[in-house]
Amino acid sequence: MADPTVTVNEMKIREVDFNPEFISRMIPRIEWKALYEAALSLDVVGNLSPELITDYEKDEDFLKEAHRVLMEVEVIKGFLICPESGRKFPIENGIPNMLLNEGEVGDGPAQSEALQEDDSMQ
Amino acid sequence: MLKFPNEESVHKYMTRSILGRTVMEVLAHGPTRASVCEQLKALPVAETSRYCSEENSFCWRVHSFGKKIKQDKRLDLIHQFMVNLPLIGRVDLENPDDLFYICEDYGPNPNSAPEEPFYVYVGRKVTEGQRYLAHQYSVKTRHFIGNTSMDAQLSLIMANQGGVKPNMFVFDPFVGTGSLLVAAAHFGGYVAGCDINVNTIHGVGKSSRSFGKPRGEVTLRGNDENILANMRQYNLHDRYLDVMVSDFALNVWRKQELFDVIVTDPPYGIREKTRKIGTNKHYDELEDQTLEGHIPSTMSYHLADIFKDLLNFSARYLRLHGRLVYWLPVVNADYSDDHIPQHPCLKVIANSEQKINMTISRRLITMEKYQSMQNINPLDQVEAEIKTRTYEGSNAIRKIYFPNNSGSQSHNKSLPLT
Repeated sequence: MADPTVTVNEMKIREVDFNPEFISRMIPRIEWKALYEAALSLDVVGNLSPELITDYEKDEDFLKEAHRVLMEVEVIKGFLICPESGRKFPIENGIPNMLLNEGEVGDGPAQSEALQEDDSMQ
Repeated sequence: MLKFPNEESVHKYMTRSILGRTVMEVLAHGPTRASVCEQLKALPVAETSRYCSEENSFCWRVHSFGKKIKQDKRLDLIHQFMVNLPLIGRVDLENPDDLFYICEDYGPNPNSAPEEPFYVYVGRKVTEGQRYLAHQYSVKTRHFIGNTSMDAQLSLIMANQGGVKPNMFVFDPFVGTGSLLVAAAHFGGYVAGCDINVNTIHGVGKSSRSFGKPRGEVTLRGNDENILANMRQYNLHDRYLDVMVSDFALNVWRKQELFDVIVTDPPYGIREKTRKIGTNKHYDELEDQTLEGHIPSTMSYHLADIFKDLLNFSARYLRLHGRLVYWLPVVNADYSDDHIPQHPCLKVIANSEQKINMTISRRLITMEKYQSMQNINPLDQVEAEIKTRTYEGSNAIRKIYFPNNSGSQSHNKSLPLT
């Protein structure tokens, strides 16, 4: 299994009305593999299918599992982890904080000046 | 007067009308009462039998525009008109099956209203609009609000402009306390939002309701003051997806056509500061940013960049024919339609002005994504542009709004601007 993209300290299951039309609309906009791996690392995989199936709109069991993982599992406290950089983004009260620090921001004067310094050192 | 193909379409239309009060089917209209009475008398039985039967109870009302009509005169008018219809049902003032209206137009000036009306309509009520929603969702009775929470009626109008329908994915990149999400969820949208302000999103700090109260009565926000709690208050929580703290200047989404509708009220720097992450400090002067709880410093986010970022974002993340709805502050003296930010994938489909004062207005802009980014030749203009310098520089609109005092934010509490 790949490195986790989400870690959890506190989790809640929130009951949400099942709406097959909405879930069917959302599935093409989701990267299924990433969802499945996140469900694995939170240990909520249940009967969630590892692969996206064809004709999922007609498969209520499939949609119900997608609904459970997408809508009902809520990470209250934990981290989202960027698969490319490994940067951790904290989740507090169920709300992820995606802010970067001023030094990590690409176009700010802080970084461009730092880059210029690097250039002059070469 | 509007033309509808049938009564069913009227009902459908009015389920989304936030400002419309009542729709009535016009039975007769003309410049004099006598001519209207004649028309009523001449209505064929096939027509009148729809509402003139023994089982149908009825009631009449008088509406006048531009002049007050006294109660006894109203009764005279009702008698004068109703005798022209073969009404045989019983009168029911509380719950009539059919409600008839006499509408008289006395012109725009009540001080010089004529004796006789300019024009008269007689109609039968078909249905009512959704004006009660502005009361149902009033910010006054909402659990969690902020200093710039959008008025409920305008939020509902924005959801309408966005064409929000059940099962759509609706996003607000400057979500604040989530007023626009409540309205979008009312019409069946599934909602999500982002904001750079950690305190607002978490509902931490002073309650906006304590403004103007003496120091001892200033209260902090409760533990459950957040957007989800608002959605619960209105029983819309099943359509709450999530909110995130993020900086709109730095995109966090995987590139794809993700949202059906984007509705937002960006900050203009008048009552909400325009900020993004960054600093003017030298790189080695920065404190240790890896500490837990480090709060990144922010720098000014120029309005021109906010609007260009908003259009670029919408062009990439809206699905084809999805809509972007947002408020644009404009300086009345130099405004023209070319000042609206443009993008090769988006076209303006509505532009409605709300006057703020003599100098400044805000305009509700509705844009539709009519082609995908892939269709744009990369050699052509592919980014948003603004053909005016109005929004450049820090605090661009604020400096025009407060020409003598662009620093203080204390004396502008009743403004609707953000």
